[in-house]
Amino acid sequence: MPVVRADLNTCQGYANCVLAADDIFDIDDSGTVVLLRSEFPDTERPRIEAAARTCPVAALVVEQ
Amino acid sequence: MTRRRVAVIGAALGGLRTVQALRAAGHDGEIVLVGAEPDLPYDRPPLSKAVLSGERPADDLGLATAEELASLDTTLLLGRHAERLDVAAGDVVLDSGDRVPFDDLVVATGTRARPSPWGLPPGAHLLRTRADAVALRSDLVRGGRLVVVGAGVVGCEVAATARTLGLEVTLVDPLEAPMVRVVGPGAGAMLAEMHRSHGVRTRFGARVEQLEGTRGALRVRLADGEVLDADTVVVGIGAEPNDGWLAGSGLEVRDGLVCDEFGRASGVTGVYAVGDVARWWHPRHQAHVRLEHWTNAGEQAAVVGHNIVHPDEPRSLAPVEYVWSDQFDRTVQVAGRPEGWPAEVVGDDEAVATGRFTALFGPPDGPLTGMVAVGSPRSTIAGRRAIATGTPLREVADAIRVRTVANR
Ligand SMILES: Cc1cc2nc3c(=O)[nH]c(=O)nc-3n(C[C@H](O)[C@H](O)[C@H](O)COP(=O)(O)OP(=O)(O)OC[C@H]3O[C@@H](n4cnc5c(N)ncnc54)[C@H](O)[C@@H]3O)c2cc1C
Repeated sequence: MPVVRADLNTCQGYANCVLAADDIFDIDDSGTVVLLRSEFPDTERPRIEAAARTCPVAALVVEQ
Repeated sequence: MTRRRVAVIGAALGGLRTVQALRAAGHDGEIVLVGAEPDLPYDRPPLSKAVLSGERPADDLGLATAEELASLDTTLLLGRHAERLDVAAGDVVLDSGDRVPFDDLVVATGTRARPSPWGLPPGAHLLRTRADAVALRSDLVRGGRLVVVGAGVVGCEVAATARTLGLEVTLVDPLEAPMVRVVGPGAGAMLAEMHRSHGVRTRFGARVEQLEGTRGALRVRLADGEVLDADTVVVGIGAEPNDGWLAGSGLEVRDGLVCDEFGRASGVTGVYAVGDVARWWHPRHQAHVRLEHWTNAGEQAAVVGHNIVHPDEPRSLAPVEYVWSDQFDRTVQVAGRPEGWPAEVVGDDEAVATGRFTALFGPPDGPLTGMVAVGSPRSTIAGRRAIATGTPLREVADAIRVRTVANR
C-alpha cells in the first residue's frame, strides 16, 4: 500500500495539505502537520499525491 | 480520442504543475515545456527567506527531482524565450526562430519585478530570480546598511532576513504601513510595529525621488529631502505580468491574459493561462482577478490540466486567495480579501504585542470575506474554509475564541 510521509522539521504550518485532503492531514496548535492516517489504497494515489504537492516546502512525500 | 500535443510556456511553478496535472489526468500525448530561464523549474518563495539568509543553497530549490521530471515524459526547452503566438497557425515562435506547434497551449509566463524608475546603480537590486537572489546575498554578507524601497511582501521579507543577518535596515514605502495592499492598513500597522520591535527603521508615507551612488556608497533621496545612506539597496515595488509576447495574437491581454473561470482564454479554443500571468473570471467576486500567490498557481494548474484532458467536463475555480509570508519568527497568513470593513481582532493585547493575532474582515452581520492571521496557523484553516462557504464572521470569531480559551 502507498504511504505518505511528513517531514515534521520542514513543515511550516501553511496548511495547504489540510485544505486539499482533510481526511489525511491536519495541523496541531503549534502549526505542525499531523497525519490522520498514512496508508491508503492505490486508487487514492492521484488525489493524495496532488495534496502532497500543494505543500510549499515539500514536506510531504508519497512512497510505494 | 486523438493524442493531443500540449505546449506549456513558462517553466516555473505554474508550468511544471500543469505538466504534472496533465499526466495525472491521463494525458498521453506529447508535452513541450518552454522556459526562458536556464534552470530546471525552481521555487521562488525561499529567494527572499532561506536563500538570502544562507540557510538554503540557491541551487537546491528544484520543484521536481530529476526522476520525476523524466517520468513526466516532457520535452524541456530551457533558456528559450517565446516571442510570438500565432493562433491561426497553432504555434509559438521562439527567439531561436523555431516554432513549437500545439493543439492546446498553456500560458504560464508569470511576472517580472517591476523595473526601478530610479535606475539600478551597482549595489542596487531587484529580486525575482535565483540569479537576483545570489547577487543580492553577495552584497548582504558584506554587512552594513540596507535600504529596502517598497514594503510589499518581498520587501518586508528582505528587510526581516537582512535584519536577522545583522544589517542596519531601513524600510521605505509611500503608503502608511507595510503590506497595505495585502493585509489592509490596520493589520499593516501591527506588522510595522513587529518590524520596528526587531530594529528595522521605517519611513512610511515617504516617496523616493532619487537613487544614486554606487555599492557601499548609495544614497536614497526622499521627497521631504531626507537622504538615506546605504551600502546596498533593494527595490521591491511589485511585479508586472510577462504578457508582451502575446501582443498581436488577438487574445485579450489586460494586465495578464484574460480567461474564464475554467482557465480558458476568451475568444479562442485550446488556449489556457495559469499562475501570476493569468487573469481569471472569479465567480464569487464577479470580476477578472489576477493573483500573484504560490498556492493559486498550483490550484489553477490542477484545473487546467484536468480541463485539457476533459474539455467536455471542465472544472471551474473560485479560489479563496491565500498567501503566506515569513518575517522574523512569525508566519503571516492572509486569506480572502482583508478589505472593505474594519477588522475584528481576535487575541488579547498581550497576544497582539507578541505578534500572534487573527484579524477577521467582513460585514458585521454577514459572511467572513477576509482574514489576516499572524502566528496562528489553525485559525487560517478555519478562515479559508469559512470564506469559501460564506460562513458568518460571528461564527468564525466565536470558534477561534473558544479554541484560544481552551488552549490556555
Ligand atoms: C522573492 C519572492 C518571494 C515570494 N514569496 C512568496 C510567499 O512567501 N508566498 C506566496 O504565496 N508567494 C510568494 N511569491 C510568489 C510566487 O513565487 C509566485 O506566485 C509564483 O512564482 C508564480 O508562479 P508562475 O509559474 O505563475 O510564475 P513565475 O514564477 O514568474 O514563472 C514564470 C516563468 O516563465 C518564464 N518566462 C517568462 N516569459 C517567458 C517567455 N516569453 N518565454 C518562455 N518563458 C518565459 C520566466 O522566466 C519564469 O521562469 C514570491 C515571489 C518572489 C519573487
